This record gives sequence, structure tokens and C-alpha cells, in this order.
Amino acid sequence: MSTTLLKLHTPPQVPLETEVISPTSLSGLSESGIEHLQVMHGNVKAKLGDFFKVTGKGGSDIHLEGDLSNVKMIGTGMSTGKITIDGDVGMHVGMGMSGGEILVHGDAGDWVGPEMSGGRIVVKGNAGHMVGSAYRGQPAGISGGEIFIYGNAKNEIGNSMRRGFIAIGGNAGDFTGVNMLAGTIIVAGEMGIRTGAGMKRGTIASLQSAPMLPTFEYSCTYHPLFLRFYLIRLQENGFRRIIQDKHLNGKYKRYSGDGIELNRGEVLLFAR
Amino acid sequence: MKINKTEIVDTFAEAFEMCGARVIITADTKQWARAAAASMTGFATSVIRCKLEAAVECEIPEEDTPDRRPGISVLLFTMSNKTIAGQLIDRIGQCVMTCPTTACYNGLESDNKVIVGGKLRYFGDSYQISKLIDGRKLWRIPVMEGEFLIDESFGIQPAVGGGNLIIFGVSKNIALRAAIAAANAMREVAGIFLPFPQGVVRSGSKIGARYKKLIASTNDAYCPTLRSISSNTVVPDKVEAIYEIVADGLDEDAVKEAMRRGIHAAADKGAMLITAGNYGGKLGKYNFHLHELAKSNKNKRI
Repeated sequence: MSTTLLKLHTPPQVPLETEVISPTSLSGLSESGIEHLQVMHGNVKAKLGDFFKVTGKGGSDIHLEGDLSNVKMIGTGMSTGKITIDGDVGMHVGMGMSGGEILVHGDAGDWVGPEMSGGRIVVKGNAGHMVGSAYRGQPAGISGGEIFIYGNAKNEIGNSMRRGFIAIGGNAGDFTGVNMLAGTIIVAGEMGIRTGAGMKRGTIASLQSAPMLPTFEYSCTYHPLFLRFYLIRLQENGFRRIIQDKHLNGKYKRYSGDGIELNRGEVLLFAR
Repeated sequence: MKINKTEIVDTFAEAFEMCGARVIITADTKQWARAAAASMTGFATSVIRCKLEAAVECEIPEEDTPDRRPGISVLLFTMSNKTIAGQLIDRIGQCVMTCPTTACYNGLESDNKVIVGGKLRYFGDSYQISKLIDGRKLWRIPVMEGEFLIDESFGIQPAVGGGNLIIFGVSKNIALRAAIAAANAMREVAGIFLPFPQGVVRSGSKIGARYKKLIASTNDAYCPTLRSISSNTVVPDKVEAIYEIVADGLDEDAVKEAMRRGIHAAADKGAMLITAGNYGGKLGKYNFHLHELAKSNKNKRI
């Protein structure tokens, strides 16, 4: 499998929107063809080649190098292939993706994988707000796929998510799983306040204790066998140092909520 | 032909196409997994009256089970793919879900699947929760202990039922010793199970009976006590007891291999004669000829 290398030679002064950087869009294009793809530099039309040096024909394996923290929307709608980013990446990475994998060897901005339906995003560093969330005004967030953040993530992780799996290796901000419809969020570190606010169904699990909203009621302390499947999957995907056997075998406090909604969601907090 | 002093009759075992499923039961301990498996495979010796045939295939170490707990693989065969879902639902629902600490997973990759957990979930009375992880859909059914976890669907595939050996001995002890040795050897083959108690059958049957309502009756030709009065007898003078071993398998090669091992094991333990049951080749899809199996190298897998 040949790799398409995109090396940043001119850092954008304002956010650069690059929906075109996906295996589907680049497939079959020559180096020149890729460099002539249109991008938006702020509100100005530009070419990809104005910012990136392209090496190799377009294929299913794309490699990006450079500080891309001001480069947005990489991997939009991708359905197959792999994008590897050596460095930080900007907002909306993996927007609406349905398959394939995005691997970020750095930090990611806000809105990682918004409204994705499949595939996998792995961020080796930290992520901003709204990981795996719905866009404002939309009824549902991600409907499938996996988002693994090795570091910390900020507020509203999994806002309105309908299905899928989000894991945060570090700490989470406030409103984790807000308005969640279903799916699973696991936070290895500490969570902020108002976890699960407005959730209807779904699972939010943490390996730490967390402040609970008064609309969540304690049910019991037990061993949720199903959680092993998720924790084992995390162990197999780079979280082995964080997810220990005691977490696989241990008990969790189960809170049901949100009482202002269906009350069929759950927050599981590692007990011992 | 002979192996040692054991006569191998030039005949064949006639086997049938069945529908098979493999269920993985896990539990906090081996003991609970075994208890669930024993319960689930009870009254499952023959489709003639039990509607299915089932038995433990093997125990599975923790590292190889879906949830990393001690596990047991159970094979269950029915005559039709229309009846297997109902059997799985009934037996898992009554024998596994009821058993402390257990969970139940599909053990057969197949494009052909039947919904099992997706039906049993209704026991959760709307409190059940589904989880989809890496393409696997699981149901969490709340129970008094906590939760029962089960796969949404289970793979099924065409299987082979009715591979058999009939082992003659000069005494009951010798015949049984040879039969046990054969059963133990046959059970070692992956994808094979022996549905009868310890794998050994003493009441082999023939089709039909003098009583019109019976579809099967004692195989008088093989009953030593009827040697002098049954016109069908095949029991030689010196034979005092005969046992049958029935082997079901997920595919033809597994049954062949099991029978091959069984023939050699029984011969090693002093069986006087080994034959097999068939219906003249007119009913079953598979014919396993004993001489072909016996000729193959004792230590070399088919």
C-alpha cells in the first residue's frame, strides 16, 4: 500500500478548512492533482499545494506532517483507509466519518469526530471540547465508531451521542455525556461536574469517583461484566498502562439517571 | 481386516446432515460453567426423543474466552435449522441464564445466524440494555444477582450427526473398557461431541418396532440375550456385551477423524470386533467406511 505524504510547508495564518484530505477525495489523483484541490483559507479560496508539499499519488494511506493545529476538517466523511497525523491537528477532525482510521500523534482541537457513524479516531495527546458530539441544533451526535483520546478532553464529551464508544485516558471536563441517547463513554481519569446531565440511555463509566447530579440515584455496587469487553478493547489499543486488572475484575457503583429524562442511563464509578 | 486381534467389519457408519451451533458458557469459576453446561446438555442424547443432541465439546482457558473467564464450549445439533433457535432460547434461558455468574456467547462464526439473546432479552421486561462493541451486539439482562450477558445472535452451520462405532467384547468389562477408551479418544477431536452418557450407548436402536406407535426399538440383532431367539442376530458366540458410540461433528472430516481414533483406541483395549450402524446407505448423506478409516495411520490425523 503506497503512502501519500502531505508535508506542511506554509502554516496557515487563519484556520484552513481541508475537507478534501481524505482517502476518498485523494484516491487516484496525481501529486499535482492533489496540490490543486481547493481548500478554504479563512474566507479565501486556496489550493492545497499552497500549504502542503505532496509526495506520492493519492491512495488509501495518507500521512500528514507539521503543526496542523490550525488545519480543520481533516478526514471529513472518510469511509475507508487511514490518515496518520504527525503533530497536532485542528478542529473537526474526522467529521462525519463512517469508516477507516485517523491516528493523531499529538493534540486535537475541539469537535473530534463530530457526528461520526463508524471507523476509529485515536488521539495520542489531548483533545478539546465536544469530542464525539452533535453539532449545535442537531438531535444526535455520533451514531457509531470509536474515539480514543489517550490524554485529557474538555467539556461535553459525547454530547447527544446515539451509539459508539468514546474513551478518555486522562481527565474529562464538565457535562460528559450530556443529553446522551445511548452508547458508551469511559473516562479513566476524573470527570468534571454535571456528568450525564439530560441523558436518556447509555453508559458513562469512570475509573475514579465523580460528583453526581441529584437527579441520579445510586442503585448498587456490582461487577458489570459487559464493561470488561470495553476495558479489554482499550487494553488492546494502547491503554494497557491505564486499564489494570483491578478495573476488569472490580466492582462499580451504579447510578441511574437522568431522572429528568427516561432514567435509563447509567453512570458506573469504579469502587474497588 | 484386523487391528491386533480385533476384527474390523467391512461396513460403514451412515450419518446424517444436521444443523449445529456452538455455545460458549463462561462463569466466575469452572464449576459454575460446568454446572450450566451440564444442565444445558441434559436430556439431549438423541433427536429421536430429545429433539436435539448436545454435549460439552471442551473446556476453554480464561485467556481464550470472550470475557476472559473460565469457559466451556457446548455443541448443540438439531435436525433442522428451523428448530435450533427455539432449542437455544429454551436451553440457554432455562439452564444458563438461571445459573449463577454465567454469561453466554456465540462460538461459531457463520453467515447464517439465529437470534437468541435478541429474544431472551424480553425477560428483562424493558429494563434490558444492548451494547454494541466492535461489531458484537450484547444484551445485558438484569437478574437478581446482577446482569446476565448474552450475544444477540448465534451462528449455525450444516453439521454431521450419527457417526458411530459398535464395539463387541468377550465380557462386559472388556467391551466397556474398549468403548470408554474409544470415546475418550474421539472426544479429543475439535468440533466433535458424543451426546450419550460418557459417550457410550448400551441401548442401540433399530428403526421401527413390532408396536406400530414406536419409531425406534431395541436393536435385537445386537442383544446378546436374544442371540438364540432373534433371527437377525449378529452376536458371535463368545461375545457377552456390545456398546455403541455415537459421534456428532461440525463437519465430515471431524467425524472421520474421531472414528479413526476410536477404532484404534478400542482395538488397543481388546475389543473383539468393531462394526458400525447403517441403513444400507439409503437414508444418510454420509457413509464412513471402517476399513478406509482403519487403514489410515494410527497416529496420523486425517
